[in-house]
Amino acid sequence: MADTTATTFEGPSGPKPKRAFSSTNIIIYGTLFVVCLYYLLPLYVMIMTSLKGMPEIRLGNIFGPPVEMTFEPWVKAWAEACTGINCDGLSRGFSNSIWILVPSVFLSIAIASVNGYALANWKFKGSEVFFTILIFGAFIPYQVMIYPIVILLRESGDGITNVMQFFWEDAPRFRLMGSLWGLVIVHTIFGMPILTLLFRNYFTSVPEDLFKAARVDGARFWGIYFRIMLPMSLPIFVVAMILQVTGIWNDFLFGVIYTKPETYPMTVQLNNIVNSVQGVKEYNVNMAATLLTGLVPLIIYFASGKLFVRGIAAGAVKG
Amino acid sequence: MSLSDAEQLNEVVKPPSKLFKNLTAKIAAIPMILTALVIFIGCTIWTIYHSFTKSRLLPSPDKWVGLDNYERLWSENRWIVSIENLAIYGICSLILSLVIGFCLAALLDRKIRFENTIRTIILYPFALSFVVTGLVWQWILNPELGLQNVIRNLGFENFTFDPINNAEIVIFGILIAGIWQGSGFVMVLLLAGMRGIDEDIWKASRVEGIPTWKTYIFIVIPMMRPVFVTALVIISAGIIKVYDLVVAQTSGGPGIASEVPAKYVIDKMFQSQNLGLGFAASTMMLLSVLVVLIPWAYLEFGGKKNG
Amino acid sequence: MTNTNPSVEIKQLDLSFGKVEVLKNLNLEIARGEFLVLLGSSGCGKSTLLNCIAGLLDVTGGQIFINDKNVTWAEPSDRGIGMVFQSYALYPQMTVEGNMSFGLKNAGMAKDEIKRRVDKAAGILQLEPLLARKPSALSGGQRQRVAIGRALVRDVDVFLFDEPLSNLDAKLRTDLRVEIKRLHQQLQNTMIYVTHDQVEAMTLADRIAIMKDGIIQQLDDPNTIYAKPRNKYVADFIGSPAMNFFKGEIKDGSFSSPEVSMDLKGYETVDGNLPNTNAWLGIRPEHIQSGANTKGCSFVGDATIEIVDPMGSDTLVWASLAGQSIRVRTEGQSSLKVGETLKIGFNADKLSIFDTDTELRV
Repeated sequence: MADTTATTFEGPSGPKPKRAFSSTNIIIYGTLFVVCLYYLLPLYVMIMTSLKGMPEIRLGNIFGPPVEMTFEPWVKAWAEACTGINCDGLSRGFSNSIWILVPSVFLSIAIASVNGYALANWKFKGSEVFFTILIFGAFIPYQVMIYPIVILLRESGDGITNVMQFFWEDAPRFRLMGSLWGLVIVHTIFGMPILTLLFRNYFTSVPEDLFKAARVDGARFWGIYFRIMLPMSLPIFVVAMILQVTGIWNDFLFGVIYTKPETYPMTVQLNNIVNSVQGVKEYNVNMAATLLTGLVPLIIYFASGKLFVRGIAAGAVKG
Repeated sequence: MSLSDAEQLNEVVKPPSKLFKNLTAKIAAIPMILTALVIFIGCTIWTIYHSFTKSRLLPSPDKWVGLDNYERLWSENRWIVSIENLAIYGICSLILSLVIGFCLAALLDRKIRFENTIRTIILYPFALSFVVTGLVWQWILNPELGLQNVIRNLGFENFTFDPINNAEIVIFGILIAGIWQGSGFVMVLLLAGMRGIDEDIWKASRVEGIPTWKTYIFIVIPMMRPVFVTALVIISAGIIKVYDLVVAQTSGGPGIASEVPAKYVIDKMFQSQNLGLGFAASTMMLLSVLVVLIPWAYLEFGGKKNG
Repeated sequence: MTNTNPSVEIKQLDLSFGKVEVLKNLNLEIARGEFLVLLGSSGCGKSTLLNCIAGLLDVTGGQIFINDKNVTWAEPSDRGIGMVFQSYALYPQMTVEGNMSFGLKNAGMAKDEIKRRVDKAAGILQLEPLLARKPSALSGGQRQRVAIGRALVRDVDVFLFDEPLSNLDAKLRTDLRVEIKRLHQQLQNTMIYVTHDQVEAMTLADRIAIMKDGIIQQLDDPNTIYAKPRNKYVADFIGSPAMNFFKGEIKDGSFSSPEVSMDLKGYETVDGNLPNTNAWLGIRPEHIQSGANTKGCSFVGDATIEIVDPMGSDTLVWASLAGQSIRVRTEGQSSLKVGETLKIGFNADKLSIFDTDTELRV
């Protein structure tokens, strides 16, 4: 025993030498490199095209870097590009999207977190049934529900108008259909299944003893929610926010249907700018507009890192 | 204990009203209950009902026409093209995204360096809107100035790949864009499943000298069955909903060559003012979702009771 | 305190989840200042019973009284109880002081009174230096002391403990156990303590209730439970290593089985007569004599040593007696060897005998 430090036997000894360039490694890293190029290519093309002038684009090398860099397309996309009759660029779509985004994210998360909390900690008769319907509802194609919701929004808008006019005769007509608020409601509704699942699963994982202790301490439904659960679940709220911000920002279908041209969100306006039939196609402006629209989710994606992954994986977690 | 005592006890033990138990929780859950009942169930039934009526510009619940809408739907060329497109797009994108997603996940699972960077690169398209994806690929696949042109300039004069203009292959142009956006998501999902597998499995297979690829095919993939099923359901639900991508990339063109059911429904409802046909088409979409969903739900929840 | 009514009284309590009956017609009276331990293996209903007393579970039938007040439907916070949980259940975002004062704030108590109580509890539990810390900065033992402190500030008569020491390592567990016992002696509150650890139960309890399948099997002081288990389940459950059992027959005051035949003179029966019946004969490992000590025992036999476990203070021997494996505890550090023959014997007064049909003590 004592000698082992002094004498070494023949044969392999010490750390096994590592081959940095083994054939397996070359295949793995080589494949991944090519794959990364493929995924990055569209982003690269977008940036390059948006920085070129139209004459250069007509030369036909979409992969080449700009010879003469110009920011003109960006300015034009933001402030001057035309959609039909309006020629004030994407800026209006941007502000519309912000006005849709903020209340939608807030409302949907507030409602879904309370739902998830009730489902996890305050189960009542039938609560699981409603939850199951909600989860299955997430799989129903939106097309099935879109038209009845148009009617519901129109009718409830009129209903609210009637109530308001009952109190103030000259109350203005209140519209849900075609207004930002209608879209906010729609986003809240369709965000509910995935968010409720997310929060329910999270709150279920909170030790039950904590909830019991709070009840012994005399806290009730809202007390436990605001004082105990909310402060300790900030990460899951951030995950939900990432999920909703990207989801609502990227929405196109609801934007097209439940708003009118003045209130179109950015994605709808982008599509109208690029796919408008009139005039000469300005590919550089189009790509600048596309990049501008993609910028908000991209920034959130790169800034949030693992939380984004956690958010999308949450959709796959079984309830 | 005397009889009167027992009676007294019984009286006290009568449970408090069920309705008011947990009242705050019930009130707080009203938005969820309303959404589940009014939107998900109510609106679905409304649409299904109206698909049997002669609704045109406005829904007309009184004009019952039976299966007329469905007959017209299936005799319409545009709907048939939509269904064919969905089938091609669906099958290809399901297989490709699962295969690509799995291969990428397996590569990333090999304890490589820069894993986070690579994953970030592969997943970023998923953060983008379908509209953005559609427009970028519309531009890259532009027949005059895009990829085709670049490769021809490199000397391959006869190279042809113009899915945006060619009705025969336009759906594959959309497929490329769809895969580009969605495969990263599948990869993340499968990678999470792979990481969930016990590390000891790998140790055991190493001790027994089983090659890596064999371990993946014969041990890892069977163990990941639940993850694959989940991925399958999520991808399928996404495929049936595909709408924005087509609208942005091809607007359904050239002609009607890249129409899909989701777009057909919206066009019928809000442009052609043929609500009845739109309702019938959307009911067909719902049916196709159920075809995927019911076996899954049966396996997932029905199986639990047996096992 | 001249009130002689029980502190906690449970009458005909039923609890079922759907079709599963967890507690069945359970009656229990706990005296003022008593330390009662609910003991049983997992799933026996002991924690469920505690949660019913706390009001965290709605009962299906029956009544619960605390301090002569019917609290069957009362909110947990209105029952005059404090509770300590296995997982500590400290609010992670609050400081130790915040944790301890949360309940009092909810009750709308004046600030200076809250401070007085928190300081007092902190003094008793030596938590003063930790008051400003968050739970994440505390060790396991400190966390559980804070959890106890949180129950303490409520200034209630009844404390409920739900396996409070299970998450702690062996040494801390012993320390905190002593601390809880000291606390009980100091405060003289009623304490109901749920555990699956028989050492905790034996050392802490005034009385132990052993539960199985939602029914209290035996409710007695620790020594009685140990010496005179009422049925075979209790006999088997209490004591480590477990009691040795021989299945045989009682006939005319003698027991006979393939392994053991002996006269039962000296055995203290439950009702004064020894029936002729099939029976389990139970003897605890430490009541089996060995070697020279077997002289004069009612039963003497030869066993073959199979395994020897030195425990330090004593030695545990696994031996085979006529083919059946038995456990024998011998004093001190012995020099027994595997394969040797060990002479064993025991007397009737240390036995526990159970009817094989009813499994009740005879």
